[in-house]
Amino acid sequence: MVGYDIVVIGSGPAGLAAAASAYKEGVKSILIIERDRELGGILQQCIHNGFGLFYFTQDLTGPEYATRFIEKVKENGISYKLNTMVLDITSERKIIAINKEEGLLEIQAKAVILAMGCRERTRGSINISGTRPAGIFTAGMAQRFVNMEGYMPGKEVVILGSGDIGLIMARRLTLEGANVKMVLELLPYSSGLTRNIVQCLQDYNIPLYFNHTITKIYGRDRVTGISFAEVDIKDKRPIAETEKEVACDTLLLAVGLIPENELSKKAGIEIDPITNGPVVNDRMETSVEGIFASGNVVHVHDLVDNVSKESEVAGRNAAKYVLSHKKFPSIKVKTVAGHGVLYVVPQIIHPQKMEEEITLYLRVKDIFKDQRLMITIGTEQNPKPIHSIKRLIMAPGEMQSINLKREQILKGIHVNDAAGIDTGLKLTVYIEAKGERKDE
Amino acid sequence: MYDVVIIGGGITGCSIARELSRYHLKVCVLEKEADLCCGTSKANSAIVHAGYDAKPGTLKAKLNVEGNVMYSRVCKELAVPFKRVGSVVVAFSEEEVADLKVLYERGLKNGVSEISIVNQEELRALEPNISTQAVAALYTKTAGIVCPFTLTIATAENAYTNGVNFFFNAEVKEVRVLAAHNGRFGFLLKTRVGSFESKYIVNAAGLYADLINQKIGGEPFSLIPRKGEYCIFDKDQGYLAKTVIFQVPTKMGKGILVSPTIDGNLLIGPTAQNIEDKQDTTTTEQGIQEIITGAKKSVPSFAMQKTITSFAGLRSVPNTEDFIISADKRVKGLVHAAGIESPGLTSVPAIAKMVREILEEEGLRCKRKRNFHPYRQPIIRFSELSPEKQRRLVRQNPNYGRVICRCETITEGEIIEAIQRPLGARDLDGVKRRTRAGMGRCQGGFCGPRVIEILARELKIPLNQVTKCGRASYALDGKTKDSGLEEKGGWQ
Repeated sequence: MVGYDIVVIGSGPAGLAAAASAYKEGVKSILIIERDRELGGILQQCIHNGFGLFYFTQDLTGPEYATRFIEKVKENGISYKLNTMVLDITSERKIIAINKEEGLLEIQAKAVILAMGCRERTRGSINISGTRPAGIFTAGMAQRFVNMEGYMPGKEVVILGSGDIGLIMARRLTLEGANVKMVLELLPYSSGLTRNIVQCLQDYNIPLYFNHTITKIYGRDRVTGISFAEVDIKDKRPIAETEKEVACDTLLLAVGLIPENELSKKAGIEIDPITNGPVVNDRMETSVEGIFASGNVVHVHDLVDNVSKESEVAGRNAAKYVLSHKKFPSIKVKTVAGHGVLYVVPQIIHPQKMEEEITLYLRVKDIFKDQRLMITIGTEQNPKPIHSIKRLIMAPGEMQSINLKREQILKGIHVNDAAGIDTGLKLTVYIEAKGERKDE
Repeated sequence: MYDVVIIGGGITGCSIARELSRYHLKVCVLEKEADLCCGTSKANSAIVHAGYDAKPGTLKAKLNVEGNVMYSRVCKELAVPFKRVGSVVVAFSEEEVADLKVLYERGLKNGVSEISIVNQEELRALEPNISTQAVAALYTKTAGIVCPFTLTIATAENAYTNGVNFFFNAEVKEVRVLAAHNGRFGFLLKTRVGSFESKYIVNAAGLYADLINQKIGGEPFSLIPRKGEYCIFDKDQGYLAKTVIFQVPTKMGKGILVSPTIDGNLLIGPTAQNIEDKQDTTTTEQGIQEIITGAKKSVPSFAMQKTITSFAGLRSVPNTEDFIISADKRVKGLVHAAGIESPGLTSVPAIAKMVREILEEEGLRCKRKRNFHPYRQPIIRFSELSPEKQRRLVRQNPNYGRVICRCETITEGEIIEAIQRPLGARDLDGVKRRTRAGMGRCQGGFCGPRVIEILARELKIPLNQVTKCGRASYALDGKTKDSGLEEKGGWQ
């Protein structure tokens, strides 16, 4: 059995940033484990630009963005293993991994950072009726074929789902000479970034139909066509009279991402049923001591910039955990998604041991225009407002972030002797009901 | 000249092939698809029934009970995972309890052992997640679960090892009955891959057995496709059923069941709908709704978002209401094994034996081989080995150190073996059915590109010639615009 101070699982943007920031914090014994043939994760197949606008204030492609971190990792001499799959993690941070050269590996880590990212939802998980021919791809799989293997998934394409990957692939396939006939979206809005709707669909005259879904797939060998229909806005069920057929040889599904937490579950980590990722605290530590997590394994992000930022928190705190085992108690505050908010990450804050500032990430449930995000802290009966921000537009497709200073949080609570105990304190983020406030 | 040509590479045809491979006979199997197990055998409930369903005196009743008993040995010889998990038929009212008693009596008449009626409490002990509405159940310990792909492929592999020839993409286009003279008879079968002469034909063509029979001129029978739709769930839902959970049967079949699969998933279904088109394996919104509603009645707590996939299979329902296993009355030398609907999978070991006996009665001389080898080596399942064995295996063959399918932990070594072994995989579905790569929760999202690559490499074909399931089911189109550079010698 070999030992490392920190083992990072996954070398996508989350793993790379976490490793780099742990190193910067003073831990030198770090191992990154990557299952693919190179570092960088999915960024390597995202050859479009738009990465790093916030983090580097530069417009980079996916591989360029990854390279910046990969270089840092290599400069620092951080160890990594490629083509290596982690098979198991225990709550005692023992990792079983495997590769061709070394066979089965047993690695003991003082701290683990989970950065496995997410996977795509499939046709099966949304139960589209019809036949089961070749020519049905998840958007990310198609992206890998086009950008990394140099093969086209097909010529006449329909895309279901207007999330970012769906939009990006609409443009990518168009540029490669395919005919992208339409993008269908079940919801009345896109869950992708506005800039992608403009730059990937509108610029190429690809129609986007909201409130529409695929009702049937045709074809025995390859896809020969699909039926699609408008859905009832309320129950999301297709309206039969609106059903139409369209011929195509390829169907791309961009119907959502699921954090990949099979390993986390093996380690006994508590999973949030809304985010499908581990419950984490302000230091990105999971419910199992010494196991940290960041990036899409925790909750699905839209911008890699946020993944990097969040992962630095994980890396830094994993390093602190390794370097000083001092435990000092703190009150526990649970974050709560209030009115209009789907979830808040982190789920737990320890105000007395948190860093100077934390970023809360959250998603809203619907489109809200010109409304306030309110934050209160306190007991259920006695919440005190500590912060509010006005946002011109909030949409489920665009993750919201709020920075909070430690003093802001501490001000809202009575620091008493209840340290370490769950005092029932809650930090609630909600959208102010319209009309509640008239000033401004 | 073959002694016997078997038409159909499903579980029935393959089991008959294996049975005949015990004797000094020249036998071949003609399969119209590119692989084994592509029709009814691939999409069913995957259950080895106890045998209380069929009417006493029918072939179904007799062969079910016989087949069930034979399963332990067959699966042991072929190294096919098989578990006798037992089954319960759940009653939700006192009237249905009366139906259970009828089934119980029938089971006794059919010769089913270890059968009893359990009360609500006993049922809950067996099935902690059963609906609170369930009042009693018929419990049989001998029912089991098996993977029909593994069983069919294993059976065929073993038949092949014992000398049976297999031909794929070999749809029988025409059958000529050669002139009978001097008491001899025979057939000429024409396919795309060649012509075959044979003394006997076994018609195990599944749903198409009636059409094959028509081509040969046998006494007419007809088969109705009866569609059954299913949903399969993530392994984390597998705990919800310990036994095969049935409801009280209706005229159309055994109703909606909830069952664990041999690989640990949860299976619900099927619907039962008579259709016309023998190729219509489409799933429908109504069908899926029907099985969800039906399954929730037995086990209310499965999570729909944990669906891995849905699929439909077609049962071949004979107009005679019983298996058609007999020598044709019009055409000498033609033997049918048709209309093998439920409990067909259970019955096949007994069906194979019966078909061999019929062939003997029809004059086929079956002389036992001394060197028949009943055992088959399974494809190594890396994830099921002990760490020590895993270590040793990777040292011997590093391909076992590369995990290709992360959901099911399938290594490159396993996939290469699945392609290279006799009657090996030729397409994505073939790899999936032999190794489970792509059968997990991400449905090939991760391993798909890698499996395509391995298939292309091992079969020495370009990537875009790899198919999902033979024919023209190409997984990919041509190359991208820029990759033309590679063909000119790559980047300099």
